[in-house]
Amino acid sequence: MKIALIDYGAGNVKSIEFALERLGYSSELTSNAKTIKAADRVIFPGVGEASTAMKMLKSTGLDLVIPTLEQPVLGICLGMQLMCNYCEEGDTNGLNIFDVKVVKFNNQLKVPQVGWNTIFDLKTDLFKGIEENAYMYLVHSFYVPLHQDSIANSSYGVDYSVALHKNNFYGVQFHPEKSGKIGEQILKNFIEIQ
Amino acid sequence: MLTKRIIPCLDIKNGRTVKGINFVELRDAGDPVELAKIYAENYADELVFLDISATEEGRKTLAQLVEEIAKHINIPFTVGGGIASVEDVALLLKSGADKVSINSAAVKNPKLISKIAQRFGSQCVVVAIDAKQINGHWKVHLVGGKQPTELDLFEWAKEVQELGAGEILFTSMDNDGTKEGFANEALARLSNELHIPIIASGGAGTIQHFEDTFKLGKADAALAASVFHFKEIEIPYLKQELKSKGISIRI
Repeated sequence: MKIALIDYGAGNVKSIEFALERLGYSSELTSNAKTIKAADRVIFPGVGEASTAMKMLKSTGLDLVIPTLEQPVLGICLGMQLMCNYCEEGDTNGLNIFDVKVVKFNNQLKVPQVGWNTIFDLKTDLFKGIEENAYMYLVHSFYVPLHQDSIANSSYGVDYSVALHKNNFYGVQFHPEKSGKIGEQILKNFIEIQ
Repeated sequence: MLTKRIIPCLDIKNGRTVKGINFVELRDAGDPVELAKIYAENYADELVFLDISATEEGRKTLAQLVEEIAKHINIPFTVGGGIASVEDVALLLKSGADKVSINSAAVKNPKLISKIAQRFGSQCVVVAIDAKQINGHWKVHLVGGKQPTELDLFEWAKEVQELGAGEILFTSMDNDGTKEGFANEALARLSNELHIPIIASGGAGTIQHFEDTFKLGKADAALAASVFHFKEIEIPYLKQELKSKGISIRI
C-alpha cells in the first residue's frame, strides 16, 4: 500500500504521518506528480489560509494534477475546502471537484469553531463502523453548506457538511488524525476503501 | 453540538514533566509522553505543554519531545513557553504541535501574532495572557506573572484578536493556585467582548468550579494542572458530572 501525502508546504503533515504509522502504514510526503499519480491512496492535507495555500499549490503545478487523480483521494480540513469550487477566504478559486462554495460562519458565533463536535447523517464506507453523533475534532472559520455530495453533517449555528464524496474523491472538514481512536478508524476506513 | 473542552496542562523542564505527579500507573512519572497518553485515553480534549526550561539547552530538547508526543497521542496539543519568533513556531509545528501559545513575546512584539497567523493560520495561535487585579483593574503581567505592565486585560485581549489570535488562554494570577475557582467575572466579560474562544485557567479546585466557569464564566475551555495530576479530580468523572448538569461535553 503506497500512500502519498501531498506536500505543498501547508499544514501539520507530521500528525497525519504519525496517525498512519500508528495504524501500521507508512506514507510518503511528496510534491512529485509522478509519485502522487502512482500511489494507491492520496491524502491532501491543509491547514492555514485558503488563498496562500492555493498559491503554494499552484506554484507546484499540483492544482492541475489533483483533479485528474483516479485512486481514492482524501482532503482534510483546508484540503477539503480547496477541493470545492470557491472559498470565501481570500476570495479563492478552488479545484472544482465539488461544486459548492465554502462560506464563513455567522459572526454571532465564536469563530474559529475550535473543539469536538458531533457528526451525523453518515454515509459511505468511510464511516463504516462509526456511530452516529461520534465526536470529531474541528478547527475552522469557513464551512461547506449542506450539499448533495455530503456524506456527513455537523451543526454550528447552522447544519453544514463535514464530509464530501464524489467518485474517487473524499473530503473531511474534521481532523481524523487528531480525533482519537474514532478518527483513526476513519483513516483506516479510507485506506481500506475498495 | 460543539462541546466545552477540558485541558490538562503539563509543565516541562529539560524534556521532563515537573511538579510532583501522582500517577501510580506510570512507570516514569517524569515522562511527558506517557502522561499525555493516559490523559488522551481518559477523555482529555486537548493538552497544553508549557516549557519552563531556563536554558537554551533545555529548549533544544523541546522540538524532539514535541515529535515524540505527536507520534504517540491522537488528540490536539498546544506547546508554549519562551516562543519568540516565527522560526520557533515553524520548528514546533513541523515537529507535530497543533498550536503554539505565546505570551511575553506577544506583549513585547505584538506583530509576532500577525506574522504567525499569516504564515500558519490563526487556528494555531493561542495568545496566553496572565493578569491580576491592581486597584480593581485587570493588568497584564509578564514572566509568569512576576512583572506587571500597564496593559489592560480587556484592551490587550481585543488587540490580540485583531492581530489574528485564534484563541485566548487567560490565567488569573489572583486565582491561580488558590483552588477556589476561576475568575468568572473577567472570563464572562472577555467572552462577551470577543469573538474568539476563551480558555479559562487558574483556580480549579472542584467539579463545581468547572461547571461555574462554563456557565457563569462562559468559557469555551477550562485548563488545569494539579487537580488532574494529583487525581483530585478524574477527568471521566468530571465530564460525566458536567454532562449531567446540562453542559455540552464529549464523553
